Order: sequence, then structure tokens, then C-alpha cells
Amino acid sequence: MFQIRIHGRGGQGVVTAAELLSVAAFREGRHAQAFPSFGSERTGAPVVAFCRIDTHPIRLREPILAPDALIIQDPTLLHQVDVFGGLTRDGYILINTSRSFEDLGLGEYATGFRAERLCTVPATEFALKHVGRPLPNAALLGGFAAISGQISLEAVGAAIREKFPAKVAEANIAAAAEAHAFVTQALREAAHA
Amino acid sequence: MSYQPIRFYQTGTFTVGNRLLPTEERSVQANVRRTNSLNSGHRACQGCGEALGARYAIDAAMEATDRQLVAANATGCLEVFSTPYPETSWQIPWIHSLFGNAAAVATGIAAAMRVKGREHVRVVAQGGDGGTTDIGFGCLSGMFERNDDVLYICYDNEAYMNTGVQRSSATPPAARTNTTFPVGDSAGNRFGQGKNLPVIAMAHEIPYVATATVSELRDLEAKVRRAMEIRGARYIHILVPCPLGWGHGSAETIRMARLAHETGLFPVFEAEHGEVKSVSKIRRQLPVEEYLRPQQRFAHLFKPPGRPDIVARLQQLADRNIRRYGLLDGTEGTR
Amino acid sequence: MLKQIEGSAAVAEAVALCRPEVICAYPISPQTHIVEGLGRLVDGGQLKPCEFINVESEFAAMSVAIGASAAGARAYTATASQGLLFMAEAVFNAAGLGLPIVMTVANRAIGAPINIWNDHTDALSQRDCGWIQLFAEDNQEALDLHIQAFRLAEELSLPVMVCMDGFILTHAYERVDMPTQEQVDAYLPPYEPRQVLDPADPVSIGAMVGPEAFTEVRFLAHAKQQQALQLIPAWASEFKRIFGRASGGLTHGYRLDDAETVVVALGSVLGTIKDTVDEMREQGVKIGVLGITCFRPWPTAAVREALAGAKRVLVLEKSLAVGLGGIVSNHVSTSYHGASDDVYTVIAGLGGRAITRGSLHRIFAAAAEGSLEPVTFLDLDYSLVDRVLAREREHRRSGPIAEGILRDLGVVAAKIG
Repeated sequence: MFQIRIHGRGGQGVVTAAELLSVAAFREGRHAQAFPSFGSERTGAPVVAFCRIDTHPIRLREPILAPDALIIQDPTLLHQVDVFGGLTRDGYILINTSRSFEDLGLGEYATGFRAERLCTVPATEFALKHVGRPLPNAALLGGFAAISGQISLEAVGAAIREKFPAKVAEANIAAAAEAHAFVTQALREAAHA
Repeated sequence: MSYQPIRFYQTGTFTVGNRLLPTEERSVQANVRRTNSLNSGHRACQGCGEALGARYAIDAAMEATDRQLVAANATGCLEVFSTPYPETSWQIPWIHSLFGNAAAVATGIAAAMRVKGREHVRVVAQGGDGGTTDIGFGCLSGMFERNDDVLYICYDNEAYMNTGVQRSSATPPAARTNTTFPVGDSAGNRFGQGKNLPVIAMAHEIPYVATATVSELRDLEAKVRRAMEIRGARYIHILVPCPLGWGHGSAETIRMARLAHETGLFPVFEAEHGEVKSVSKIRRQLPVEEYLRPQQRFAHLFKPPGRPDIVARLQQLADRNIRRYGLLDGTEGTR
Repeated sequence: MLKQIEGSAAVAEAVALCRPEVICAYPISPQTHIVEGLGRLVDGGQLKPCEFINVESEFAAMSVAIGASAAGARAYTATASQGLLFMAEAVFNAAGLGLPIVMTVANRAIGAPINIWNDHTDALSQRDCGWIQLFAEDNQEALDLHIQAFRLAEELSLPVMVCMDGFILTHAYERVDMPTQEQVDAYLPPYEPRQVLDPADPVSIGAMVGPEAFTEVRFLAHAKQQQALQLIPAWASEFKRIFGRASGGLTHGYRLDDAETVVVALGSVLGTIKDTVDEMREQGVKIGVLGITCFRPWPTAAVREALAGAKRVLVLEKSLAVGLGGIVSNHVSTSYHGASDDVYTVIAGLGGRAITRGSLHRIFAAAAEGSLEPVTFLDLDYSLVDRVLAREREHRRSGPIAEGILRDLGVVAAKIG
């Protein structure tokens, strides 16, 4: 089982991100479960959503306490909410920002992890560029596909098409593709560094 | 020599049972083909205004709908006396659910008829004042607001009679009930409270609102018939005196209703989409005292030294109604 | 057809396949997505003929359903928590009148204090109202149970409540197999009422019944639920035949064969329990699970048989009989051959508190070694409780409980001045 925890704020599409991820996994023939940490809906409040992916049916219902991957949609949460709680040493971290881990004050923290599993990506920029709105979720999924290999970009695209009307879907897919390329490139550069 | 009593019938009047009138002017009750929807054998008190009103209203509704009628009934006198275990006096499809939901149940029945393509089957909801103005108010307002195709008939005897005469929001000021007992300075039910359901119904701008009393039964029938020509939410509020609760003789029911009308305390009118369209004029205005004195529930206003101040305030209410609705000949209402 | 959709959406689609004729909708978290989904299907013309009515309260919702059902239409509504209580009078009324209404209850806690998260207090508060109560373990079962519910309800002339955990199931995306219209039509014929408001054949429904016959009427209600104990498994078998999967029924057993400790529970927590039990089985612990799918009627015989070999029973429930202990455990005790001392009550997940494998491991292990208290509140924060009690001892004006707790947790803004 692979467990992803997504952190963000209300209105940023965190819950949708988890749902799209589960649909993408489904399209690849796997079982997936996505659910939010439920709270009263309020724009701007911290939101957590969960996604489990597995080859067998998933029965577990507890919140994801030991994630294999973290997607952080809003870096302002970093020092407010314990976003990293339970993350395994081999875990993936993908943060929506144009800054580096060092710049975010996470340089020290990052050394405990596998470098090729950590990445930042300016997902909001890609979203603004392609979709015209600061909704980074689709881009982050593209980035996640690149960093983890748990899901293909094609599957992400199919999930997006299923959920959104054509024009919006294609715009989001473009954002996801650019993020995917960005992360792929960043990891390649880091490996050669 | 023995006397043979001779009865004289007046022809040309609108006496209810008058079979000397042309057919089309006769009341439904005068017609041998009336449906007796609320059949004899029910257990209402002698002189019950509600039984009278319901009989006229529902038979008129049956006539107007070609006998395609379903009724939902709130808990209350009518429901209790019409279905004494193990009998029922209803000859129409009839359902009693709860006290406060007659309007909602009727909405459900109307929806079922619509979905089954049987919209020719019409729906009536009925309740007393308690079940309509108080506990049933929410569901009633919801039905009005959605403009559901239901005719709601409120039989107003101005208190919770079935449970032993307690005050409702339809109880008039100064009336004695078992929860508004005139003791000491108190003169019974307080002024400045209460709900005017017909006006509230009009505020919902539903297609048809009417008031009626059991003293003008053909007028009541006509209003039910009129209501059944219309689709959407409709409301008829009928004043039905209660000999037991009001404390008058059981033979006085119709007279009490007439006095309520002719003093102006109970305006009789019709309204469509929130505007008054017609009123029943008062032929000869009577002072409220003529209406109040025969009722035990107002006796405390007249026991020496009496409460002329209260009577005067009631007179003011009556006068205000007369002004508002233009109830006197030659006057126009302001509503 | 396999789909990856939200639980609410799955239920909405399944209900739509059942060809409901009147749907009444009043919003309350966490059921809103269900009625919204159905509303869209009606508006879009995919579900017709169907009357979708926006009612003004839950009391109105059940009342409209009563009227519609009595007039011969297949009626459906959904609610949760406070909404279920608000319609309580009508809920009893529907059962008493024998109207085959189907209602989804998206299980949620009941206030005060107000809480929008999942537990079973709402459904269990109505356990004696006369409705059949079914609890879904996952979203597949949730959608399947609705189809079975309509069949059951109309067969028995009794309303059926399908319970699914609010948020945990309603708002979870998971894989479901959505049946076809043909399959549902094969399983669920058009509604043939036992009683109906029809001018062609007038009847009086809802008349008063006095002392002379009331007991008999209530006995018949009880007898009808006993009948349901036969029908529910039968209709579940029929479901398997047409839809190809086991779903519904009275109970689901898991690794019961040689289990010395049996955990009993309702709803979605069964998934987490099974994962925990698998881990414990790997360590050699003889532990099994009994899921209760049908809570009303209470399947005494089935439970008794399932627990026949158990040395001890742990009932994990998302409900509390205030002043007594467990609700479900109380029911289980009546069906367990062994001593009531061997039935442990674990109150868990109230108001949406997460039930984790870690906590379950601890508590199941304690039960297995016999060191568990008769009634335990899982993961109870004793220090918080002690602080509240201390405050109440010291001050008469101890303030609202919830606010006091929040102050202690340092969440509420400090007093001004």
C-alpha cells in the first residue's frame, strides 16, 4: 500500500487532488481510497486529504499517520501545522513553491531523507500560466507522478478529463505536464550535481 | 279537535336545504347525490361547528372534483371524532399522520399523483387552528412557499378543543381558556398576541385565500368550488364555533358564527395572490357585545362590575377589521 | 460497471436506479451530496418520472414521504443526526403506518455539543422506532443495501433505514461496481402497495386505535421484524444471484472459525478492525470479527451462532448509552451464551475521533489477555476529563463545558480584560 497525504488550505483544491489521484490509480487498474480530514468547509483553513493506493482492496479507514508521500500545496503551513508527522525516512516530499528546501528553513530537516525523493515545484505559477487561477493541485499531481513513479502522467490526465469540462481539463493537464517535466528535470539535475 | 301543525317554507330565499330553488342554485347538501364524505355516525359534540363545516366543505370539494379527492387530516377534533376505533365516518381516501404535518403529507400525496400522471386527483389538507397556526405552521408555510397543489382548510374554533380548551395562537383576545384563565386583573387571553393566518397566507401570495363561516354555508361551498378551479396552494379559513369550548348552546352554533361576521370580528373575504378580491359585506353591523355575551368564554367581561374597557378594545378590533376590509356597504377596504 | 466515485455519488446513482418517484430533500451534513446528486439526475432528466421536493425541514421531509408513500409512490429521503431527531415523530409514524419508505442516514453524532462528524448515535437513538436498520461496511455495500432496502421495505410494508458512516463513507472516493438498470429492474419490481389512498377504493389510514387492540398492533410490528430476519438473508441471496456479489444479509463473519476473542462492530470501522486482526493473527492470536449488518431486527440467532465458540467478546461501538454503557454491547450480551463478564464494551470513535490500528492492537491484546475493563472509552484523555471535573468542583459558575475544554486546550481567545 502506498499512502499519500496532501496538505493545503481550503479553496486550493486539496480534496480534489486526493480524489483525482485515486481516480488516476483506478484507471491504472489499482484500488484507491481518497478522503478528506473532515471539517467545516472554510476557505483558507488548513485542510488535509488522504489517498491510499494498493493492488488489493483497501479496508483501512484510519487517517494516514505514516505517509509514504507528502504533497504540500501551501508552504505557509510548514511552520504552522505538523505536516511532516509520521513521514517515513524513504518518504517523498513535494512542496508547491519556487523556493528551495533551504530557503524554506527545511534544509536541516531534509538531510534525513533521500534527496531524490524531495522536490519543490512552482505549481501555482504553472496553474496561473495554463489555467489562469492559482489552483496548484493538478500541477502538483503531475509533479507527484514524476517524483514517485506511483502513477503515470497519462492516468492523471485521464482523471482530470473525467472530472472537469473539456477546456478546463486541458488547461489543467497542461499545467500537470509542465510540472511533470519540471520535476523530472530537477531530479535529473540533482542527480548529476 | 286536534291541531295539525303546518309549516311554512319561504320560497326564493337561500335557506340551505331549500329544494324549491333552481337546481344550479341549490347547495351541495341539498342534493340527494351528495357524497356524504363525512358520514353520519361520527362522534362530534352536539352542535359542533367543525363537523358542520367539514361536511359542507368536503362534499363541495367532491362535487367540484368529480369525486377525485384525497384528504390528509391533522390530529384534532375532526380526526378524533371522525375515526373512533374501530369505525371511520370517511367515505373518501383519508390519512391521518401527525399533529403538525397535514400540509406536508398533502404535499406528498399531490407529488405522488403528479408523478403517476393522475393529477385529476385533488388533495385537501385539513386541520384545526392549533394544528394549522401553531404546530403545523412550518409545514403550512413550506407548502405555501412551494405553491404545492393542495387546498388547506383550517377549521378554526379558536383553541385546542380536543385536549380540553387550551389557548392557541388563534384564540381571540380576552377569551377564557384553561390556559388563559381570567383571574384577578387578568381578562383572559392577552391582547397584542395571536396570528392572523389568512393574512399570513396572503403574504405568501398564493393563488387563493378565503375566509368563511358556518353561518353562510353556501358561501363556504362556493369558495371550496372556486378553490378547486385553481391549481397551486390554496387556503380556506373557516370559523367554526364550538359550543363546549365557547360556552354557548349547541343550537346556537350558526348564530354565533353569524354574529362573528356581523360584528366585524371575523371578516369574510376572498383574496388572490395576496390581494383582497371580494368581501362579504355586513348587512347590519352589530356591537361586539351581542356576540360576546352569549359565550361563557367571555362571561368574565360581563360579570359585575364587568370589563367595559376590554369590550371597548374588542370593539376597536372589530371596527378596524371593518375599515380594513371595507365590510360595510359603500365602503372600500384598504388591503 | 466499475467506477471510482464518492460514496454519496454511488448512493445517489444506486437510489436513482431504484426508480424512486418522490424524493424529499433537506440539507444536513454529511448527507447533502446524496440529495444534490439525485436532484441533478432529476433536473437533467436522467431520473424520471420523479418529483424532487425541496422541503422546509426534516420533519417535513419525512411527512412528505409519508404522504407520497401512502398515495402509492416509491418515496425516498436522506438525513443525519439532528435531522433524524427533528423528524423523530414522523419516523415512528411511518413505521406505525407500515409505509415502505427508504431513508439514508449518514451517521453523525448528536449535540449538544454540536458535532458534525461520524458516530452511530443518530441511528441508534431511533432503534426502537420500528424501522429496519441496516449498516454498510463500505461504499459498495452502501449502494447495494439501498437496492435491497427498497425490495425489503415494499415486501414487508415497513420502512428501511440504510446507515452509512458520515464523511468516512459518504465523502470517501473508492471503487464501486455500479449495477445496470436491467439488473436493478430484475431485482426490484414496481411498487405494489398494501394500502393506498385511491378515490376508486377509499380507505382511512391512521385512525386511532384504543386499548382494545393497541397491543395486538404492536405485536404485529414486532412479528413483522421477526419476519424480516428470514427475508433479509433471502433477499441478500437473491441479490447475489442477480448482481454477482455477497452484500447485505444479517451479519458478516471474518476469521471466526477458531477465534477465542471476537470483535463485534457496525459500519466502516470493520475495515480497520480486519486489518488489525490480520496482523494479530500473524502473531498467532486467535481473534476474529463479527460485523453486524442488520441491527434491527437484532439477529439474535445469527449472533449467538457466530459467537458460539468465543471465550470473550469485545464490542467496539460508536455509540453510548449514557448512564448505562454500551448500546450494541447490551444487544450482544443478550445473544451471547457465555457470561456477561466476558462481553467487553469499548466505546470508540465518538464525534468522529479516529480509530487507529495502534489503539485497536492495544485494546484487542488487552481483551485477549483478559486485562480489559468491562467498559472502556478508547483513547480517552483522562487529564482533560479531570480538569473539567476539577473546575466544576471549584466554581459554581464553571461555564459551558465545551468552552471550558477549548480554553484548557488553549484554542479559544483569552478573555478580554
